[in-house]
Amino acid sequence: MSQYFPGQVPGDPESTVDEAADDRPHTAPGETPEQTRGRSQGQLVRRRFLHNTAAVVSLAALTFVVLLSVTSIGVGPVPGWWKWDPTTTGPLLAGGAPTMGLDPLRIGDHPFGQDNLGRDLFAMTMQGTQYSLLVMFIVGVVAGLVGTVVGGVAGYFRGLTEAVLMRLTDVIIIIPLVIIAALLGKMASEYVRRQGWPTSATVVVLGLLIGAASWPALARLVRGEFLSLREREFVDAARLAGASSGRIIFRHILPNTVGVITVNVTLLMSSAILLETALSYLGFGVQAPDWSLGRLISANQTAFVTRPWLFWWPGVFIVTIALTINFVGDGLRDAFDPRQRKFNPKKAREAALPAEDAAERTGSTAVAGDGAPR
Amino acid sequence: MLSYVLRRLITAVLILFGASFIVYMMTALSGDPLGDLYGVPNSERLIAARVEALNLDTPPVLRYFDWLGGALGCLAPFAATCDLGVTVEGQQVTGLLAAAVVQTLLLVTAGTVLAIVVGITLGIVSALRQYSGLDYTVTFFTFLCFSLPSFWLAVLLKEFAAISFNNFLLDPVVSWATVLGVSAVVGLGWYVASYGARRTRLLLGATGFVLTAAVLWFLLATDWFQQPALGIPLIALTGVLVAVVATFLLAGLRNRRALYGGLATVGAGLLLYFPVQGLFAQGGLGVVVLLLAATTALGAGIGRLSGGYDRGQNVRVGAVTGLLVMGLVVLDRFMQSWPQYLDHGRIRGRPIATAGSTTPGMSGDFWMTGLDLFTHLLLPTIALTLLALASYSRYSRASMLEIMNQDYVRTARAKGVSERSVVMRHAFRNALIPLATLVAYDIGALIGGAIITEQVFAFTGMGNLFVNSVHNVDPNPVMGVFLVTGIVAMVFNLLADLVYSVLDPRVRVKA
Repeated sequence: MSQYFPGQVPGDPESTVDEAADDRPHTAPGETPEQTRGRSQGQLVRRRFLHNTAAVVSLAALTFVVLLSVTSIGVGPVPGWWKWDPTTTGPLLAGGAPTMGLDPLRIGDHPFGQDNLGRDLFAMTMQGTQYSLLVMFIVGVVAGLVGTVVGGVAGYFRGLTEAVLMRLTDVIIIIPLVIIAALLGKMASEYVRRQGWPTSATVVVLGLLIGAASWPALARLVRGEFLSLREREFVDAARLAGASSGRIIFRHILPNTVGVITVNVTLLMSSAILLETALSYLGFGVQAPDWSLGRLISANQTAFVTRPWLFWWPGVFIVTIALTINFVGDGLRDAFDPRQRKFNPKKAREAALPAEDAAERTGSTAVAGDGAPR
Repeated sequence: MLSYVLRRLITAVLILFGASFIVYMMTALSGDPLGDLYGVPNSERLIAARVEALNLDTPPVLRYFDWLGGALGCLAPFAATCDLGVTVEGQQVTGLLAAAVVQTLLLVTAGTVLAIVVGITLGIVSALRQYSGLDYTVTFFTFLCFSLPSFWLAVLLKEFAAISFNNFLLDPVVSWATVLGVSAVVGLGWYVASYGARRTRLLLGATGFVLTAAVLWFLLATDWFQQPALGIPLIALTGVLVAVVATFLLAGLRNRRALYGGLATVGAGLLLYFPVQGLFAQGGLGVVVLLLAATTALGAGIGRLSGGYDRGQNVRVGAVTGLLVMGLVVLDRFMQSWPQYLDHGRIRGRPIATAGSTTPGMSGDFWMTGLDLFTHLLLPTIALTLLALASYSRYSRASMLEIMNQDYVRTARAKGVSERSVVMRHAFRNALIPLATLVAYDIGALIGGAIITEQVFAFTGMGNLFVNSVHNVDPNPVMGVFLVTGIVAMVFNLLADLVYSVLDPRVRVKA
């Protein structure tokens, strides 16, 4: 762990304790030399992330939701394994009540119930999840790219470029995100309608436009990182060695900002899904006949007293997605920035134990994601 | 300093020009402003009239400058030249906006204050008990709040906090199983929140269980939900509790003088109970505010007279106690009007409202209208509080953790300062500094941020105005809403930067 890591404070009490735990195998007797080799920054980050139970569980849950929504009703022409699709109407079974239950454990024909036209709510929810996730990913990619480019260029080149770009950022950031997103959502649906494209194109256009509006916060952060990194010695050294601006940016500065970018894009995506569902709820997002999780809630909220299941499940999916992404983002932040790392009292106690005792325990904890076998 | 402020203001104005241009163009280009007129009878005449009224024949860019000319008239003080244009229905935007701003402020004020207070408290407490069960619970809870879609939460509240609770009020009977269940949950909460040896925690959990069960039994036995009242005994009990807690936090229980001062203030407040009832009968908001101020001053005076080694502490304890005790007396007066409010022809025993800010056709004295406002604001306030709570609690926790690891905190401990003093005086105050910025930014953003909450609870505030106008492709009211939110955000951002340099002398503004 002698490797340099940006932002790490040598005297930080938390990291000292954890360091001791990390160094334990190195000092344990009977080790072969090759096991003491240093780890790359990526490995360090991955290790720290995998130690964070909440983040790993959240990542698994998020993956499950994505897989469920994609495989159940399929994507585009590819059919999924679920027997209904979001548009087929049918007879109402038992008033459309959910057939899923715990006692006895059963799934039934319509696990989430049916709406008043007899459409299967599970299929509708899955389509809503797909579209909401799609918007979220597009927003993340677009906002991440634009924010990084604008912030990076402004922070690296300074001068007039910076002044122009940062004033542009100021102009956009002063418009409340809900306001700008609602206007863009309205424009997106209008544009798709006028072009005569299929309605599902709204989802993509919506994602692109919201992404184009939500980059300024990231741009400011990336600019800050670039400003401090470009003054560092290793950048000076690269410049003296004759490296071009492109090489300095991509080889020397950008890799050091990956942490900030990843964490903030993740958190941006969790707010993007809330924003998209809110827009669809207000009627400025995904349009009929397509379903988004927000539109499902908006369409069914009047039926809440009589048929609450129409309202429960879409909300549960929104909360699950947003919550898991938040936990993943939090885990990533801890992994990239060890100063805010979680301190594990159990590990500290183990580190204080005699070495041979500790070596024994390492074997048992390796199962719990302790990383490479030693 | 002055040149810095001036520079910031000039930049702010330029930014506002740019942003307003963008918003205007986006609204104008987002659809057809005549969309609702096609195919209706008289459509040609109506279309011609609207084109005439909104100047639709000129391109949007020129219309923006036309609008700007009118909007700049608002800068002239006391001259009635303010013109923000008309809506598609021909109403003046200035009038609509003024009404909408009042509604929005009404909606967001209580929620914001509560979110700040509760959020910071949760953050500080969880930072002090880092990595305890309480900390993990609070962390999960704040993440959950952070991930809740506002419209979903609002509809859930409507169902469970309004409709179900109103049903319960019509027939307030609770089974013993429910009482015991609720008490068990609360007891578990006490156990999780407490710290120390396992036996202490178990004891505290049991206390919580017994206390909750007793309170619930009392409330049900006295039919409290139908006829709530505090009365002198409960005011006295709560007042003593307030005095003890205030002393504990502000002075430390070892400062007996402060405690006695607080208790004396409670006594004085109780003595005032009967005299002020007469005042309440005739008075309104003014009387209440005056009384609160008077008892605060009275408490401060008693604290000062009680002497001791640190009169400043006594004064603070007395003032807080005086304010809260009079608050309890006022609350008691509101409760006296509750049965009357429940029986009102427009309420008919279903008090918690789900829409709007007042019951239409409701009339009554100050206490009745106050209760009406309370029942209408209750749900939106809970929703806004929960939604805004997360960021405050996360930030204050992080800030507090950082402060508690500082050298000067260790120094304070090393020289034997009490834990209360370390937390409240050395750490807490400094942890609040970064939060001042956050609060200022948030207030700026909040005015525009309650759009969805407004929509769900049918408040006719700025959010409602905005959503309707976007549906109608109506730029003028959208611009009005944007102007208010934009200017508020700008001003508060500037304030945040200035306040920061005042609070933290290490930070200087570039003069």
